[in-house]
Amino acid sequence: MSTPFSVTLEAHGIACDRGGRRLFEGLSFSLGPGDGLLVQGPNGTGKTSLMRQIASLLPLAAGEISVAGAGDDTPPAELCHYVGHLNGVKASLTVRENLTFWTAYLQGSPGDSIDAALGVFGLTQIADIPAAFLSAGQKRKLALSRLFACPRPVWLLDEPSVSLDVASVKTLGNAIEAHSQAGGIAIVSTHVPLGGGFTHTLDLHRLDPTEEQTP
Amino acid sequence: MTFSLNNLANPSRFLSFAGTVIPWLAALTVILLVIGLYQAFFVAPVDYQQGETVRIMYIHVPAAWVGMGCYALIAIAALGTLIWRHPLADVAAKTAAPIGAAFTLVILVTGSLWGKPMWGTYWVWDARLTSLLVLFLLYLGLIALWQSIDDPGRAGRAAAILALVGAINLPIIKFSVDWWNTLHQPASVFRTDGPTIDPSLLTPLFVMGGAFLALFVLLHLIAMRAEILRRRVRVLQQTQVAQAALS
Amino acid sequence: MKAALALLRRDIELAFREGGAIGVALGFYLVVVAIAPFGLGPDLNLLARVAPGLLWIALLLAALLSADRIFHNDHEDGSLDILTMGPLPLAVVAASKSLAHWVTTCVPLALLAPVLGLLLNFPIDTIPLLVLAMLVGTPAVSFIAGIGASLTLGLRRSGLLLALLVLPLYVPVLIFGVSTISAAVTGPGSPWPPFLMLCAISLASMVLAPLASAAALRTSFR
Repeated sequence: MSTPFSVTLEAHGIACDRGGRRLFEGLSFSLGPGDGLLVQGPNGTGKTSLMRQIASLLPLAAGEISVAGAGDDTPPAELCHYVGHLNGVKASLTVRENLTFWTAYLQGSPGDSIDAALGVFGLTQIADIPAAFLSAGQKRKLALSRLFACPRPVWLLDEPSVSLDVASVKTLGNAIEAHSQAGGIAIVSTHVPLGGGFTHTLDLHRLDPTEEQTP
Repeated sequence: MTFSLNNLANPSRFLSFAGTVIPWLAALTVILLVIGLYQAFFVAPVDYQQGETVRIMYIHVPAAWVGMGCYALIAIAALGTLIWRHPLADVAAKTAAPIGAAFTLVILVTGSLWGKPMWGTYWVWDARLTSLLVLFLLYLGLIALWQSIDDPGRAGRAAAILALVGAINLPIIKFSVDWWNTLHQPASVFRTDGPTIDPSLLTPLFVMGGAFLALFVLLHLIAMRAEILRRRVRVLQQTQVAQAALS
Repeated sequence: MKAALALLRRDIELAFREGGAIGVALGFYLVVVAIAPFGLGPDLNLLARVAPGLLWIALLLAALLSADRIFHNDHEDGSLDILTMGPLPLAVVAASKSLAHWVTTCVPLALLAPVLGLLLNFPIDTIPLLVLAMLVGTPAVSFIAGIGASLTLGLRRSGLLLALLVLPLYVPVLIFGVSTISAAVTGPGSPWPPFLMLCAISLASMVLAPLASAAALRTSFR
């Protein structure tokens, strides 16, 4: 979090189709350095799909998303961290090995900030224990530790507070705030209040299916 | 009516086009089949070596043309699915696969029936038949992949990738099977094409070829129409579910 | 490059730590070859004659046993999503994972083959060529299996479907792999022409198959 980020993320009229149904359309927003976007809406309105579209994991049905980095042409996916419902944690690797691998993979060099990153959620004591023994909450903390081990300007957090205890949710809220202050962008979907720091709010709602046209 | 591919590219226009064409094509298929079968069974001369069994050729060879051409059609449609993302391309490929598999099965069955009097056994690992057996297996794989993926979009793209992988592999498989065949036994006694065929055999052969082609196009149009309607029903059902969730 | 190495090292390490898959593949290879004489009869001349084909076919089946795991675990625990967000193109990710399958499955199988060859009265002086042909030919096995694994990712009965899709594509590998060995054992001809064909098929698979796998993986993200 020492490096100050300067990055902007813009979405122009994006739409999403899942299983032959349009989830949302005509969505536009523009986020600058330090902005936070809170994504809200009932189940099945496309919160996860929106996150995955920004992470280039899902194709856009319409519109475009541009992430402008610090002048170079890094692909958007490489400027983003995505923490979704699945943790990407290998049970037979230790806590430290899991994080070391992801850091080495994501930035192409072994990070020197592994221990600091493990410390954020208090995982230092269990660093050498295989992840198989971790509780659901600890696995989630390990997944979130990627955010600190390998600095990237855009955080895409899909329900990050699931299975976290109250104290950890607070830590996460503080981390998001610190990320914003460093000039990063955070896009978070959550049902639990995560504290301040969100400059924008996006409410997704169901589209009326009768207005759909058959493909 | 001005005829252009762009007109057909729209599923609704395709449906009305298929509706007009199917009766005429059915009539053409029947006429060609009647003429071709009559010529094949009553007009064409008997082979001095093979006797009456040579008449199997009039089914076997045209089926081979259509069975192999169908895979080419699927491979081209696969490009249409992957590059132009055309909805009809996927429909065309998906519906062509079972028909192609059926024609290939006809090749294998008639080939083995022909083999019994020729070689004294129903199956000989002849290079041509063996390659067609592998082609049949590729068809089965494509059909199985389509059946296993619920989401039609993903199924279409996955099958398109598999079809192209198969299309790249088929010449290699053909080459390796030919190579393997010459290694293990001398070239087979008879050939199903080439200059050995007398012109008096060619006319019925080409009529049967035209009949099989018309039959293929007819079956394909009917299957495509059914598939388009099936997809529309699916969308309607999904809309109903979504409406139920809303109210 | 460092990212690719990190991924390869992790996949190999996972395969060895989780252990099961390699052991099962080796055990399966042993069982298939061991029961074959009960079907074919104990005639040593006959066994020697069919040994090259039997060893190759059993190897293909054993390699396919673990093939649906190439992408499965990473898909299931969300790692595959994160892998797409690194500096590597998806085709390189697919190539790295197929290579890991080769190292952890096909290489042990190829090294076990001589032992099984002894059971089948396989001539001892041809064993180095047997291992060499298997080591050279099996990259095609792993990389083509990668296409099947990415196409069937997350489907019901993915293992069976994978075998149905991939086995017909193994015909050239099987033909040239077996021909190399039987040419050396019984002749006629030199083993090197089919051996070079085997090399060509492996090289082409290593270049082209990851592109197909990457395209297939993308379809599973939707």
